[in-house]
Amino acid sequence: MAEPKVAESLKTWDEVKTTTCYMCACRCGIRVHLKDGKVRHIEGNRDHPVNQGVICGKGSAGVQQHYSPARLAQPLRRVGPRGSGEFETISWEEALQTATEWLAEVRAEDPRKLAFFTGRDQSQALTGWWAQQFGTPNFAAHGGFCSVNMAAAGLYSIGGSFWEFGEPDWEHTRYFLLFGVAEDHSSNPIKIGLGKLKERGAKVVSVNPIRSGYSAIADEWLGIRPGTDGLLVGALIHELLRAGKVDLEYLARYSDASWLVIQDPDGPEHGLIARDEEGRPLMRERGGRLVAAGTSSGLADLTGEARLKDGRRAVPVFRLLAERFLAEEYSPAVVAARCGIPVETIRRIAAEVAHAAFEEAIELDIPWTDDKGVEHATTRGRPVSVHAMRGISAHSNGFQTCRLLHILQLLLGSIDVPGGFLYKPPYPKPPPPGIRPAGKPGQVKAGQPLPGPPLGFVTGPEDLLVDAAGEPQRIDKAFSWEAPLSAHGLMHRVIANAAQRDPYGIEVLFLYMANMSWNSAVNVPDTVAHLTAKDPETGDYLIPKVIYSDAYAAEMVAYADLVLPDTTYLERWDCISLLDRPISDAQGAADAIRQPVVPPDRDVRPFQDVLLDLGARLGLPGMAEEDGTPLYPGGYADYIVNHERAPGVGPLAGFRGENGTAEGKGAPNPQQLERYIEQGCFWRSELAPEQRYYRFANPSYLDWAVERGFLPKSEGITLQLYTEPLQRFRLAALGHGDIQPPNHHRARLLRFFDPLPFWYQPLEEETGDEGFPLHAVTQRPMAMYHSWGSQNAWLRQILGWNSLYMAREKAATMGLSDGDWVAVESAHGRIVVRLALMDGVNPDTVWTWNAIGKRAGAWNLAPDAPEARKGFLLNHLIGELLPERAGGYRYAACDPITGQAAWYDLRVRIRKLSAEEAVGQSKPQFSVLPLPPGVPGRAAVRQGRKETV
Amino acid sequence: MTSLPDTSRPGQKKLGLVIDLDTCVGCQACAVACKEWNDQGWSAPLSDIDPYGAQPLGVWLNRVHGYEAGEGANARTVHFPRSCLHCEDAACVTVCPTGASFKRAEDGIVLVDPDTCIGCKLCSWACPYGAREYDPDQGVMRKCTLCVDRIYNDNLAPEDRVPACVKACPTSARHYGDLGDPNSDVSKLVEERQGYDLLPELGYKPVNKYLPPRRRPVGEHLAAMDSVGEEGNSLTERFFRWADKALSR
Repeated sequence: MAEPKVAESLKTWDEVKTTTCYMCACRCGIRVHLKDGKVRHIEGNRDHPVNQGVICGKGSAGVQQHYSPARLAQPLRRVGPRGSGEFETISWEEALQTATEWLAEVRAEDPRKLAFFTGRDQSQALTGWWAQQFGTPNFAAHGGFCSVNMAAAGLYSIGGSFWEFGEPDWEHTRYFLLFGVAEDHSSNPIKIGLGKLKERGAKVVSVNPIRSGYSAIADEWLGIRPGTDGLLVGALIHELLRAGKVDLEYLARYSDASWLVIQDPDGPEHGLIARDEEGRPLMRERGGRLVAAGTSSGLADLTGEARLKDGRRAVPVFRLLAERFLAEEYSPAVVAARCGIPVETIRRIAAEVAHAAFEEAIELDIPWTDDKGVEHATTRGRPVSVHAMRGISAHSNGFQTCRLLHILQLLLGSIDVPGGFLYKPPYPKPPPPGIRPAGKPGQVKAGQPLPGPPLGFVTGPEDLLVDAAGEPQRIDKAFSWEAPLSAHGLMHRVIANAAQRDPYGIEVLFLYMANMSWNSAVNVPDTVAHLTAKDPETGDYLIPKVIYSDAYAAEMVAYADLVLPDTTYLERWDCISLLDRPISDAQGAADAIRQPVVPPDRDVRPFQDVLLDLGARLGLPGMAEEDGTPLYPGGYADYIVNHERAPGVGPLAGFRGENGTAEGKGAPNPQQLERYIEQGCFWRSELAPEQRYYRFANPSYLDWAVERGFLPKSEGITLQLYTEPLQRFRLAALGHGDIQPPNHHRARLLRFFDPLPFWYQPLEEETGDEGFPLHAVTQRPMAMYHSWGSQNAWLRQILGWNSLYMAREKAATMGLSDGDWVAVESAHGRIVVRLALMDGVNPDTVWTWNAIGKRAGAWNLAPDAPEARKGFLLNHLIGELLPERAGGYRYAACDPITGQAAWYDLRVRIRKLSAEEAVGQSKPQFSVLPLPPGVPGRAAVRQGRKETV
Repeated sequence: MTSLPDTSRPGQKKLGLVIDLDTCVGCQACAVACKEWNDQGWSAPLSDIDPYGAQPLGVWLNRVHGYEAGEGANARTVHFPRSCLHCEDAACVTVCPTGASFKRAEDGIVLVDPDTCIGCKLCSWACPYGAREYDPDQGVMRKCTLCVDRIYNDNLAPEDRVPACVKACPTSARHYGDLGDPNSDVSKLVEERQGYDLLPELGYKPVNKYLPPRRRPVGEHLAAMDSVGEEGNSLTERFFRWADKALSR
């Protein structure tokens, strides 16, 4: 029989367009294949710095996201009670007029009455600026429950941070420590990097209670008890100090190790850095003379006491640090049992880390001269790198734990050196960056913009947004005594606070791409109650008006009064800006755009276009002329090209200036977007080899960064072991200074605002009921990192519902078996779920996949979809508030320093259900949400097609 | 019944995959990239039944499974991508009553001709690896084509003429090439990493190979480090004296 013929050279596309993926937060470059005007196939862009041609499961499933039957089709106005999901379709003109009317009223009266919060927003440079021009301080994105602990700890310590502002040196690392990362943040770059490490035989150690994702291929997995990572890191630091395996020269040259800390226990400056008349930190030269930091090229003393001119004692930061971590409480023998990691293992890991850093040190043949004029014949590297994310950040001790990780890196001398952690431009920035939040009393004025951005970095009580009585000024209580360093705001507090009018009531809640009635809320049942609660006297909703923008029929849609339907990511312009969350890599600065690959086939508009349109209608400065004419009639694309944040600095750094050759700074170039498209929708400027390391003290890099507008001046940046701003809060708590905290905050400030990091028990554990013996956490599923893909036709076939996983050994002691239906209870709630058993999990921990559970009817899934009937969220068990403290005050269940939602602190107990109770369905079940009008039936699904050409 | 081509001659091309279980993180990138490409190429469509309903089921040519294996220090989570192995003695071909299932003489790829497949499912019973999936919507059997419509496709850039799964894989756990050529990169990789056949005892001689997890460098087994300085003093004192001396050098 003749062999059948196969068409081997089919061309299944007419054209290919490049753009940027939005299936998660990685922002990979993609090539979208189009046939007959339809999206057919999406592949990775080989030239792109983020993904270098690869694509993940989510990225490939983008075609199903784009054609999802859950896409909203028209603007909607609520007609039934809030939460009923009853809507009528309205025109865009009507929708925009309604929104303008609501917003104009608020702005004219009190701009604070608008709370504008965006979720997984990749346009925060625009949305934050819009809030500022509107005049409300009540703006943030989702960082408050995502990663503010990582961002803040990094930016206050090393002027960069894990993930967004830095990455491991994949090319040179010999030893890689990964903390609390399943497969997320970031996805493809870490996978590419891990592939390289495995290829080179570098050692990968994963510290995670669960052996999934990246932990599966780690050379060693440490199944740590949740919330104790800081203790483990403290013990590693103890071991390194004890054995003298620290890079003293690096610390003396580039960190604040030598800076003198005032020791004057009752004085107003106790614990602050001693400074000269010009405000420069003082240190002691070896030999005894006090000099200002930066004025001597010699190595300073790191351990001895000093006497200041006024007679006060002072000691170097490094001495305080060594005293803390050489103490018995951080010895491996003391921490081992608590962490669930054997003492020999901790000692061995410390020895391996020291071996890699000091016996396998790298010398690259790159001579350089530092900012003190010291010439270095080679570029030395300590090939130990660290990456960390959610498992660190989502605990109430996350800020200090992340600081501990940075201390470990600093002691090894492995920040921005070959083989270590490398910054991504425009980082490093001075720790912390010099932006202060606006919104103090007097700064919010009717009809006026804020004098600065709503988010920033607080350096002392004087930067807080509080009134004379110490009360919060923001609806989420960010930058108040309750969460002073909340650099990303507290989105998780907005709805509860607004409904309880604490600290005040609002008029309009405006949300974008934030599923706040479901997987983005802690305590879903209470959040839903807050969204629908009415004032008993007036009968009005306590949150009077809710505007929501999303591309899909997410659970939040039902709780909106006005729905502004967004486009998919393939139908829009976007910019991935260096002003926001750059896609730079360690060797170069980069930014990117999205271009509309296909036009929308529904009556939807890109949210950013809508926001600029609303801005113009409201007459916001920068968005409309005096006479009301819109300044960006071409919408977001017009803004991307022509908006200037500072002279010559705009959303995109590439192809600026009249001839399109300027980088970073330059006049707007009308051809800029065309140039981006020609280049594959991204721009990248590569650093010369001598600009790639020691950038905090490398004039060649610093000058480059200043020329491009990334840094204000070409001045060295000192890495901070010691977080002096925290001490200013402690001093206030002790009664020093004019700005005083309310009394009930004093003890908390004294305890947690330690300028040297330390480990403390997660707050829920500390105050919680002894009856909840198990930790409960989530992991990101490989194919669904970022939950907005859960209704995807292909991805839900891979994971359509979730079980609760438990250690086999543990289950045996509790009489539980695989497949049992169990009740899971916390101090705050109860859920019913199916149990699954496994070996690779910390015995005191249960876990599940994040955000797989869906509410019945949402996302245009069948009401009996497994996501709704068997899937579940742990969120229902997580309380918003900690138990009452003395005096009756209840703190939010957050990190006390940054306000990060501490959803990994959760503690639970588990009980097997009787046969009658176990009905094969998860609980709670919520009422079925109806489909919003205009959304097509589920049959309207994209199907593949055989090509015959 | 269908016959297999004679592939015994020296130099016979045997195109296939080499899958590295040491670096596969189970991310499903290969599975979805495969589904996406093959849902619109020569194999299209790969039907999805009830995609938004209670029991979504679709045809996939490549699936990734996760297992736990081993005990104690050797315990690990293994992610195992599973697709057609393009066997030399492919029982799925010989069992086919219509000749729809065939192994190509030129490169050894095992394919199904959808025009002559009658959907009898004999081949899926014959395959010991569970590599074939029946498409109830189309009434035909589907399987990995090694992206036969990519690897020779003149419309693609030469570097893209690899199976979609190989191009997608973020950890470089998938390799494609001629396993009949002992000097090819994939053959050398198999040699170097002791790649193995899946269930060789069954005798189907799979072309695809799996690379075992590398021996883990767990512990250069370094002993705990000694403390610096002289005994008898506190750890802090010992450390400060050491540091002082070290800085004086």
